[in-house]
Amino acid sequence: MISLGHYLVVSAILLVLGVFGIFLNRKNVIIILMSIELILLAVNINLVAFSAALGDLVGQVFAMFVLTVAAAEAAIGLAIVVIYFRNRGSIEVEDVNLMRG
Amino acid sequence: MITMIAFYVFAAILVASAALVVSARNPVHSVLFLILAFFNAAGLFLLNGAEFLAMILVIVYVGAVAVLFLFVVMMLDVNFVELREGVQRYAPIGAMVGLVLFVELLMVIGGWRFAPAMPTLRAAPTQTNVQNTAALGDALYTHNVLLFQLAGLVLLVAMIGAIVLTLRDRSVSRRQVIARQIARSADLSLEMVPMALNAGTPATSFRRPLPEPVAHEASAAHHGAVHHGEEH
Repeated sequence: MISLGHYLVVSAILLVLGVFGIFLNRKNVIIILMSIELILLAVNINLVAFSAALGDLVGQVFAMFVLTVAAAEAAIGLAIVVIYFRNRGSIEVEDVNLMRG
Repeated sequence: MITMIAFYVFAAILVASAALVVSARNPVHSVLFLILAFFNAAGLFLLNGAEFLAMILVIVYVGAVAVLFLFVVMMLDVNFVELREGVQRYAPIGAMVGLVLFVELLMVIGGWRFAPAMPTLRAAPTQTNVQNTAALGDALYTHNVLLFQLAGLVLLVAMIGAIVLTLRDRSVSRRQVIARQIARSADLSLEMVPMALNAGTPATSFRRPLPEPVAHEASAAHHGAVHHGEEH
């Protein structure tokens, strides 16, 4: 039978792949945003697995809020990418130095 | 048994497509693999009995977020080959950090246990005779209604923010300025000219239409201020 540990391992692999993706595609903002989506998906799998294992619905409620925030983050992030591309003609992360940060 | 097979199939495709999301050469393929990953995560949610979240994942993520990604990837005219230059350089350190993180997570997974008082600590225990969607609505709208409203507010802020960020004010478009239309008086556009009988218009050396006042040529950004000054 599938235990909670199975889901935890899957979500751990997913999270690590998301972090790896951020390191691998350091120049491409869009792939970095997708990697963040993967990380949040791993969080959601964790929350739902614990919710099912504990018989407590709050985990699923929380997963829904994570989904909301992830959708908002993707929308704002992509809007920033679009205006950045419009202004500079590039989406390379290393070019982003308008604020001298 | 069948759940076991389903779990392994979903998990394997999920992990494989996630790996392809981060390693695909073409970002469009990345987005498509992201969609596949979301579908399989929805399958995992279904195995856990979270049907509503599985459907929300498919609708919201595949239907909205992934399509948004696809739009942006296809809309931006970026040389994506150039963006993948440093991959070989960054891969080892990324793999090292990922490995360390994974080992740490495995140590956490191997070492935790439920609290002894766990069954009494549930905030919203699942009932056996209620559907997942109904139970979730119950938990959401009675005990977490404030958080629910707050989530709506987050989405509203995101929507307004995205619109404000990307809305372009084009100076070439000729928009209707109501204040200007109302402030226009008849003697600005109409002129009464005494005409000689049977002379015709060429005799008056009158050119029409009337030349526009200079202020009207100002750019859209300064339009209001200029017009205002001209009136007084």
